Amino acid sequence: MAGETIDDRPSQEALSKCVHCGFCLQECPTYLQLGLETDSPRGRIHMIEALTDDKISATPTLTQHLDLCLQCRACETACPSGVEFGSIMESARAMIVQSGEAPWSWKIRTRLLAALLPYPKRIAALFIGLRLYQRTGMQWLVRASRVLRLLPGGLAEAESMLPELPARRFEMPSGDGDAYDRTVALLTGCVMPHLYPRTHEATVRVLERNGIGVVAPPEQRCCGALSLHAGDRLTARDLARLNVDVFLASGVEAVIVNSAGCGATMKEYGELLAADPAYAEKAVRFSSMVRDVTEFLAELPIQPPERGVEQRVTYQDSCHLVHGQRVRSAPRTLLRSIPGLELVELEGADRCCGSAGIYSFAQREMSLRLLDEKMRDVASALDLRTGRWPDTGNAPVIATANPGCMMQLEAGLRRHRLPGRVVHVVELLDEAYGAAGG
Amino acid sequence: MVENEIKTLDKGVIRSLERVVGREAVLWRPEELIAFEYDGTIDRARPQAVVFPTNAEHVAEVVRIALDAGLPVTPRGAGTGLSGGAVAALGGVVVALTRMKRIIEVDSENRLAVVEPGVVNLELSKAVASYNLYYAPDPSSQRVCTLGGNVAENAGGPHCLAYGVTTNHVLGLEVVTPEGEIVWLGGRARETPGYDLRGVFVGSEGTLGIVTKIVLRLLRRPEATRTLLAIFDEVDQASAAVSSIIGRGVVPAALEMMDAEVIRAVEPALHVGYPLDAGAVLLIEVDGLRETIAEQASAVREVCDAEGAREVREAEEDAEREQLWAGRKGAIGALGRLAPNYYVLDGVVPRTKLPAVLREVYAIGERYGFPIANVLHAGDGNLHPNVLFDERKPGETARVLQAGAEIMRACVDAGGSITGEHGVGYEKRSFLKWIFSDADIAAMAKVKAAFGSSELYNPCKLFPTGKGCGEVSQAQVDRVMKQAGPDAYI
Repeated sequence: MAGETIDDRPSQEALSKCVHCGFCLQECPTYLQLGLETDSPRGRIHMIEALTDDKISATPTLTQHLDLCLQCRACETACPSGVEFGSIMESARAMIVQSGEAPWSWKIRTRLLAALLPYPKRIAALFIGLRLYQRTGMQWLVRASRVLRLLPGGLAEAESMLPELPARRFEMPSGDGDAYDRTVALLTGCVMPHLYPRTHEATVRVLERNGIGVVAPPEQRCCGALSLHAGDRLTARDLARLNVDVFLASGVEAVIVNSAGCGATMKEYGELLAADPAYAEKAVRFSSMVRDVTEFLAELPIQPPERGVEQRVTYQDSCHLVHGQRVRSAPRTLLRSIPGLELVELEGADRCCGSAGIYSFAQREMSLRLLDEKMRDVASALDLRTGRWPDTGNAPVIATANPGCMMQLEAGLRRHRLPGRVVHVVELLDEAYGAAGG
Repeated sequence: MVENEIKTLDKGVIRSLERVVGREAVLWRPEELIAFEYDGTIDRARPQAVVFPTNAEHVAEVVRIALDAGLPVTPRGAGTGLSGGAVAALGGVVVALTRMKRIIEVDSENRLAVVEPGVVNLELSKAVASYNLYYAPDPSSQRVCTLGGNVAENAGGPHCLAYGVTTNHVLGLEVVTPEGEIVWLGGRARETPGYDLRGVFVGSEGTLGIVTKIVLRLLRRPEATRTLLAIFDEVDQASAAVSSIIGRGVVPAALEMMDAEVIRAVEPALHVGYPLDAGAVLLIEVDGLRETIAEQASAVREVCDAEGAREVREAEEDAEREQLWAGRKGAIGALGRLAPNYYVLDGVVPRTKLPAVLREVYAIGERYGFPIANVLHAGDGNLHPNVLFDERKPGETARVLQAGAEIMRACVDAGGSITGEHGVGYEKRSFLKWIFSDADIAAMAKVKAAFGSSELYNPCKLFPTGKGCGEVSQAQVDRVMKQAGPDAYI
């Protein structure tokens, strides 16, 4: 929005809630890796406070420490004092971006995101390009020639994170909305329709199976989470205002989100738009309508699936579901309701897998360290190294609740040459209802 | 708190430190050092470099390099201490042990473990759980605090009532002395001949050396545990119940108390089931053989009922028990919900004096206009009054220190002491003179000298005076001391 003058910075009130007791330390993935206070929630808050007090400036060293934060918000779950770390980190990054003193990498990042996320056609074009790259043999050629290894920045590893893109993209089926007493709207999101159309399809089927009609207003846009996390609150606000209008006008009872990162952001639109008199009230009303799909289904409660899924499954909490939205039991409840499904708890299930939005590209080294640890835990929970699984035809499953986590965990399986597949919780429900098999 | 002048650190010293531990294990930029200027308290002082060694030889070399360059050395664990012990009072080099976090050995048959100092307290118990063993001392910060820090402070915790504090669980220590030598104190056996230097070292607050390996006793998990929550309308009733329980001959594994102010902080944060309108709650745990604890649990119930408890609840399952404990262990951190800062005190008084001393604590709070939240290892007579304030308000910190001094004085006057488990550290050293005569303190100084410790080695800790330390709270203490009259205690 032109002429916006909101001055984003973490409030003194938010910062002073931290009494530096240190209870967050052992929950912070980067502190556990590095043992450095500068890469812990408590240390970051203290540095941010010093920054707002002009005691220190946003040097490359400082911004690198802030950049290394996954924004997984595990520290919020651990904090006895109720520090809202996610919000502090977002507004600190916004403060640095708005001051004009951000490092060039931050400037490029926010501009790229701002030039892409609000424009569905550009996103579609990007995915068409990526798919061509994969399907025309170019990817094979690039990988075989190892040309990416010649380029700086570990491009080869970044490229290997990309899953095989599906041939179709998600299109909302033109069903009969009037056939249902209750109606919800689905957030289709920026990358989900291209990366995981199957998750959206499963979400619609499972909701309809439970008597809930689904609409997907075509005017909706990206939720803005990636811009928000990168410190571009202006783009995030523009997207938020647009979505608030679109979804409130749709007259549904709830907005269903199957991407935990988006859900956490949309549940906090109220805070994001608090200083906008035209939207403050509407945004709060909108946020109260947002439900993660697992949360919504578990509250219904769902009709028990009759067919069942004879599989061993482990669940990786998506950080922005468990820490951002405090939804821990709903996905587990849904999984346990599936006949035949054996749910094995994953050690450290609520610790970040290293995906964290664009983190897996921007901070590859740390992201891979976290992924490698995660895959060790997954392999032991699911017994993947016994060599027994590929023969059974029922390869074990990692269930999660966010597309970024799905992509990262799939890359983890490839990287460690492990059997198994990665799905969204709702896809297993869909299978258990027998819908996928026809 | 400490406004020390930041001297420029010689680049040559940084290079020497980097040569020992590696470039990425030395931090020296001001914007990074600021994250090491605090521990869990209100004290602040910025070091000039922070070094992260990974073995004893590195520690020894780092100590030698720093002292040779005339720079103070301050050891640091997780930085969760509550007496300013890990704060680099005069700047210099902080030796952070967070990267020495290997569990080197678990000897389940002899029930001991050998660990590095950066191992987190609770991680050890988790690692030995499969042997049905655990490490007993459980400070409230056990999820994050390091065992090295526990040794330095001789840390306590709720279950120390029955099981003893850190020193009762340390068999041996590998230590880097202030002169940079690596020595062993104690060993793997229960008793060693000669001076009990291990005993001297535990609780020396990092003034005698840096621990690099610890041999710890492990205990078998008790067969059964029962956890009760007794709810009282009045603080007086709860503190009377504490004495009566012990008086009945029951020694619970833990006997904790929280007052209304603490409940007001904890309950909204952690939803553990403490009633918001209670005056105080007691959290009581008994453990041991199934048969004996049934008897103890009903004795505890009877006493609480007789002292006027509104209700006594018992945790039905493990999850509920963990919830009740999560509330207690998160109590001090949760105070951040009530005020931007707290000044936590660590007084010890004879159990029977608890009701009177608590009344005095509240009166002091009222006189100064500060709310005070009390959480107590009540069974040990160990109270933690937390004075709630806002350090950004001009003059508040000075008044808080003065209120704190009065509280400490009340504990000493009741025949108690100035620290139960947090240590004297940087913060409480002015109060040492209330407990010890000059001759006593001189005797301790001789011990420090015998270990080769110098003025630069962890300066301004434990001892009431030190060169260049500045008597931060001395003015306040003096005022309170004058009011109390000369030699009120000694």
